[in-house]
Amino acid sequence: MIPVSFDYVRATSVADAVAALVAGGEDAKVLAGGQSLMPVLRLRMAAPTVVIDCSRVTEMQGITDAGDSVVIGAGTTHHEVMNNPLINEHTPLLAMATATVADPAIRHRGTLGGALAHADPAGDLPAVALALDAVMTVVGPQGSRDIPAAELFTDYFTTSMAEDEILVSIRVPKLGPGWGYHYEKFQRTAQGWAIVGVAAAVQRNNGTINQARVGLTNMGPGPVRASSVEQALTNAAATAESVAAAAQSATDGTRATSDLHAAADYREHLARVMTERAVAKAAGI
Amino acid sequence: MSHIPISVTVDGTTYDSEVEPRTLLVHWLREDIGRVGTVVGCDTSSCGACTVLLDGQSVKSCSVLAVQADGQSITTIQGLAEGEDNWHPVQTAFKECHGLQCGYCTPGMVLATVDLLGENPTPTEAEIREGLEGNLCRCTGYHNIVKSVQYASDLMSGGAR
Ligand SMILES: Cc1cc2nc3c(=O)[nH]c(=O)nc-3n(C[C@H](O)[C@H](O)[C@H](O)COP(=O)(O)OP(=O)(O)OC[C@H]3O[C@@H](n4cnc5c(N)ncnc54)[C@H](O)[C@@H]3O)c2cc1C
Ligand code: FES
Ligand code: FES
Repeated sequence: MIPVSFDYVRATSVADAVAALVAGGEDAKVLAGGQSLMPVLRLRMAAPTVVIDCSRVTEMQGITDAGDSVVIGAGTTHHEVMNNPLINEHTPLLAMATATVADPAIRHRGTLGGALAHADPAGDLPAVALALDAVMTVVGPQGSRDIPAAELFTDYFTTSMAEDEILVSIRVPKLGPGWGYHYEKFQRTAQGWAIVGVAAAVQRNNGTINQARVGLTNMGPGPVRASSVEQALTNAAATAESVAAAAQSATDGTRATSDLHAAADYREHLARVMTERAVAKAAGI
Repeated sequence: MSHIPISVTVDGTTYDSEVEPRTLLVHWLREDIGRVGTVVGCDTSSCGACTVLLDGQSVKSCSVLAVQADGQSITTIQGLAEGEDNWHPVQTAFKECHGLQCGYCTPGMVLATVDLLGENPTPTEAEIREGLEGNLCRCTGYHNIVKSVQYASDLMSGGAR
């Protein structure tokens, strides 16, 4: 279908975009890569009066090494994330998960910031941001503020960003040496969304797992941190048995739902099995 | 809603046009400048039938606004051949290997393949299937499409495979 009529603003700076967002009121929509917004517009599930295109805002581009973290512009495409040397060296989990998103053409347009702001419960990148304790820098009419991933995702397709705020960059802390990573995704079809996904980072020292980070995709209204699994893995033996035992608590704190793709109890089963696989692979077991 | 001026180079020719902001790139290509080789197969950005190259990268032209392409350069299926008798090797390969039946997915498949082989000139079968995962075909079962891509890779790399 053809989208409803709207006005178009091509923002040239973050300040410009925020001003347009304030002027546009609640029916204004930010456009980044458009890979979630365009289908929504075509299906007429949204009817904005003005669309504010941020894809040419240079302040929202670029990937920089900030010492203890990597700072990624919200407008960085999935394709750029996957292929960026800094990200692959310091935060490879993000590159791995991004490589599973959609298909090459969508990854050429879709952005990291758009995927986080969209907060789709089946999106792969919110769970990664949560597991890695990423911090979002957002700018609104009152200025700039930081939102930790743990406070960003509040409900289905809903974040704690205000309607007149724009996500400008994402800071991903470097975990340092000794960490292994894996993103495990269960999908029914090529190019499909995750029925369940598990993002795992594990720091191993010879026969021991020092610590682990585990984030779950599509196990509730937003991404879920599998804290019980992380606790069970702290200073655990780096063996298949201890990983399997820890993975049993993967569903603690989750609120899986049933839909066309899977029933809630099946999702819970997947979360346990895939947590075991993701942690084992990240730990090199 | 007011029209917005755009200037876009398509298959080597620059077009100055005025579009409604809501105009999808694929509709502009088809209805305003006659590039009807680029087709629409879905409303959900899933099928890839509308794939074109935007500044050299494959994109789904149903999922880009025409205004967003302002100042950029597009290659459609109609701009790939150098002339009637001088097809792009990917086009030749799809013909030789029967990589199509009804042909509806073919413009998108061919352009996605051009992009894939640009990034990875000698892909494995698995890499071909993954690289084309955004393009759906209802006819071929994909087998001959994979063969076509392999043959195109041979043609383009001078038989290096
Ligand atoms: C067929 C298909 C398959 C897909 N499969 C997957 C998948 O497997 N896994 C996955 O994770 N994703 C998948 N996606 C979604 C894809 O990752 C999108 O690129 C992403 O969700 C949105 O990024 P975008 O830049 O395109 O955002 P847009 O579509 O431009 O925007 C999405 C939403 O976020 C808002 N927004 C965007 N940027 C900002 C910003 N900087 N500040 C504030 N608000 C902002 C917009 O207003 C809009 O509401 C798929 C999409 C399609 C069409
Ligand atoms: S028409 Fe189906 S992806 Fe564009
Ligand atoms: S040849 Fe008919 S859809 Fe592919």
